[in-house]
Amino acid sequence: MSTLGKLLIVDDELTVRDSLGKWFREEGYDVTTLENAGDALTQLATQRWDVALVDIKMHGTDGIELQRRMHEIDPELLVIIMTGYASVETAVAALKNGAYDYVTKPLDPDEIAHLVKNALAHRRTTQENVLLRETVAEVARPEDMVGQSGPMRKVFEAVETVGPTDATVLITGESGTGKELVARAIHQASVRRFHPLVAIHCGALTETLLESELFGHEKGAFTGAQFRKKGKFEIAEGGTIFLDEIGDISLKTQTDLLRVLQEREITRVGGNQTIKVDFRCIAATNKDLEKLIEEGKFRPDLFYRLNVFRIELPALRERRDDIPALVNHFVRKFSLAMNKRITRVAPAAMNQLQEQPWAGNVRELENAVERAMVVGQEPELKEQDFIFKSQVASNGSSKTLEDMERAYILRVVEECGGNQSHAAEMLDIDRVTLYHKLKKYGWTRTPVETR
Amino acid sequence: MKQLQLLPIGNVDDGLLKDLRPAVEETFQVSCKVLPVRLDPEFAYHGERQQYHSSEILHRMQSFLTEDSWRLLGIAAVDLYIPILTFVFGEAQMGGPCALVSTHRLRQELYGLPADPNLFGQRVIKEAVHELGHTVSLTHCDDYRCAMASSHAVEWIDLKESTLCTTCRTAVTPVKQVLSGRFF
Repeated sequence: MSTLGKLLIVDDELTVRDSLGKWFREEGYDVTTLENAGDALTQLATQRWDVALVDIKMHGTDGIELQRRMHEIDPELLVIIMTGYASVETAVAALKNGAYDYVTKPLDPDEIAHLVKNALAHRRTTQENVLLRETVAEVARPEDMVGQSGPMRKVFEAVETVGPTDATVLITGESGTGKELVARAIHQASVRRFHPLVAIHCGALTETLLESELFGHEKGAFTGAQFRKKGKFEIAEGGTIFLDEIGDISLKTQTDLLRVLQEREITRVGGNQTIKVDFRCIAATNKDLEKLIEEGKFRPDLFYRLNVFRIELPALRERRDDIPALVNHFVRKFSLAMNKRITRVAPAAMNQLQEQPWAGNVRELENAVERAMVVGQEPELKEQDFIFKSQVASNGSSKTLEDMERAYILRVVEECGGNQSHAAEMLDIDRVTLYHKLKKYGWTRTPVETR
Repeated sequence: MKQLQLLPIGNVDDGLLKDLRPAVEETFQVSCKVLPVRLDPEFAYHGERQQYHSSEILHRMQSFLTEDSWRLLGIAAVDLYIPILTFVFGEAQMGGPCALVSTHRLRQELYGLPADPNLFGQRVIKEAVHELGHTVSLTHCDDYRCAMASSHAVEWIDLKESTLCTTCRTAVTPVKQVLSGRFF
């Protein structure tokens, strides 16, 4: 016979165990009654219950402590604390520790029946929610990182290895190689993935602001601090904090950061109360931290704390084989965003893209594709939609804004087959302006070679 | 021939017991008799709570069982409790011979409303069928109209009917086997 749910009742009073157990069985629950915390913890190692009703006052381990230890074994167990008398202190202690609710003895039959029923509904909803989020996470993950080359396969393997652990990760690589993307992939692969990933770009903030951002501040901590503010470490509770550009922080902040990583507690700026924080740390830098240590600009102890597991991201020039896949990925992405039906890149353009130096790495490539998508015509991106380095370098005259404007206008006119009205429309300028510009450039109806 | 026996507990109106008989006879297809004795519940009184311990009364009722008892249903006018709950409308031995119903909280007057004898009688019948249902191992029913539906307030009792739903009725069929004498 199916039951409404599995209940555990822990109370050292036999009459309570018997009467409540019997009452809930009649209600249709599968009930187990136990008389002390020790028995409950032993049984919980091998069995699972949906809801536990725990008496607050018991010989030996009390209900609050039992609830805490039960959650260490089964974090999803919903615990309802039964108290002999209503007091704010016990209620707060129970709820602060993660109890689902508390009830006062003797229990009102209607109230306890509803409470347990609601607790079970809450548990089922939570379980369904987790299942849905896991499904979504599975679907969303592969899209983020693109690449099949040897160096990238190593990166994926590293992410897969370190993701599910709670280890601190240091991601190094040139600017634009996708360090934040890797941090997000690690977070997604971890048990913390349903908690926030909080990213902070350390290099973008002054020392004082960074401290306040990381650790929060109390009201009045400094001029303008009108309200208490939580720091990123507090916001990342249960999740991951991503410290980007870690090589750019001051020695003072490095010391504070080291303390947080060691003690797992923070003190808000202007405050004196320590706050326990639970987070995973992922740091990233494009700087050579070992060199900074030699120069006395980076604390070695902080480096060792961060460098538990290292992932080095290759520069794009070291994985040119991935460029076509990346380009196609960005074309798909921007065609959706811009609502354009551009589905491919001409082979000649792709060849050129693979030969570019890409000093700005994937970020630069993404920007180049985005720009090409703006000017490109459906259904294909062509060579002329991109601005290639060799093209700029070889054409010494195309260095000024005026030169660039000239080249661009002539190309658009050419694409429009010399139709000035159409070209003016494309360029979003009036026809007279275009006429004057063409006259100035010495344009004739003969097709003009722009390169 | 085994019978369903009704035991008055404390000061219970005889007329109420007489009205109850045909209703339970029909539901459980068994003859019903009001016992000519009365149980004084004072032994189960809790001074501080000003209520009567239901389980203790249920336990004492065992001594009233005879060879002819199929089930023994106690009808009490006093307010019942079990230690962990503020009150109970009744209590039963799951799959056992004894059950108990309190009429105290079934009266409209308790809720500041004018007396309604008809409604009161209906509530007593529903609770009697409900507790007797537990003695034949029925647990609470999901169908809110069934007499076995869980009800912790009179409003819920009023929602349900005094009869069992098809599912619960089917589960009670083995009662006939019990009546043939195999129960004890």
